Amino acid sequence: MSDHPHHHAGDDHAREHDRPLSGPALRVKALESLLVEKGLVDPKALDELIDTYETKVGPRNGARVVARAWVDPAYKQRLLADGGAAIAELGFVGRGEDIVVLENTPKVRNLVVCTLCSCYPWPVLGLPPVWYKSAPYRSRAVINPRGVLKELGGEIPDAVEVRVWDSTAELRYLVLPERPAGTEGWSEEQLAAIVTRDAMIGVVPVTVPGSGR
Amino acid sequence: MNGVHDMGGMHGMGPVEIEQDEPAFHSGWEARAFALTVASASHRRWNIDMSRHSRERMPPADYLAATYYERWLFGLEKLLVENGLVSAKELESGCPERRADGTGTLRAAGVAEFLRVRIRARLEDDVRPKFRVGGRVIARNIHPAGHTRLPRYARGRHGVIERDHGVFVFPDTSAMSGDKKPQHLYSVRFAARELWGADASPRDSVYVNLWDDHLDPA
Repeated sequence: MSDHPHHHAGDDHAREHDRPLSGPALRVKALESLLVEKGLVDPKALDELIDTYETKVGPRNGARVVARAWVDPAYKQRLLADGGAAIAELGFVGRGEDIVVLENTPKVRNLVVCTLCSCYPWPVLGLPPVWYKSAPYRSRAVINPRGVLKELGGEIPDAVEVRVWDSTAELRYLVLPERPAGTEGWSEEQLAAIVTRDAMIGVVPVTVPGSGR
Repeated sequence: MNGVHDMGGMHGMGPVEIEQDEPAFHSGWEARAFALTVASASHRRWNIDMSRHSRERMPPADYLAATYYERWLFGLEKLLVENGLVSAKELESGCPERRADGTGTLRAAGVAEFLRVRIRARLEDDVRPKFRVGGRVIARNIHPAGHTRLPRYARGRHGVIERDHGVFVFPDTSAMSGDKKPQHLYSVRFAARELWGADASPRDSVYVNLWDDHLDPA
């Protein structure tokens, strides 16, 4: 019953996943034709919207924000004080939402979820992944965050405080992960390359590839 | 509404499975359903709260069985018909009876600007906050049949105002009638043990964004 997609049509799961109910591909095609014929949507605008989130806006934006905060303490301060404004400094603007940046420390781990739907910081992370929108994550993140974190990124020590942020408003969260050891002297570009989407949602730490950390 | 979309704290949904190198869309129709939903909003016949509520009204068994963009498609069809952009007959037949004049239709050149301003929830209205940072509150035990952003798991629970974010649109009325009912939005901290009982970690907490109308002083 999860939202997890499967690409092998024809098996028992196909109906409740990729091609369920009444053939969404056909329904979408019919709806697009109708709306275009009525003059309510312009197919070129649809192409532009899709291209925006396939090629322009995604977690690379957020990774640049994190890397800048790691190398520039003044920027980090501005980012924590007013996330939206500091993010706009790098040229990423969104849909009018405020963005609040949550700092992970050795004592605090932050985890972002939207239990009611799929609220997510589009300007810095793009569109949310399937797992973030899925019933397993939305149901478990608030009641058993340590269980979810253990499965995805390793056990959280008892001494560390876990803060779960349920995105119930037009106010989105971006986790500022801890900068991993072994990255001293790295350039902003090198740092941005190791910052992952999942680390900015808060489910895993940022690690140095190959270090086993 | 006490729907299945309000999933916080439910059991039995299975493990969280992260797909490696996940694409933005898993098929062409998902991309089109996404874009149609965003583009149709340019006619401003509904707001983001009405849009969320349209998906929540999917029958529970269908909601759980559907993929994400199937829910969007369901919601979009509902919004188009309920707000008079498309008639039920047109949706059924696929044949347009009436053409729009093109006013308000999103064009490719306007996409970037539209995305920038699409959601305006922060308001300039001068409204006094009902609560102060550090104040103890109790989330109201309410069960409206319509839209609400107060999750079931927090209702009736004690929390502390962690931050006052200023004046925002109140989604619970905005979704039902368009009434913005400007009021303060807060981050409210609930101790994990207050929400989930003695088995929860004593250090942990859940922060929920709630509005004045969701809260009473404790």
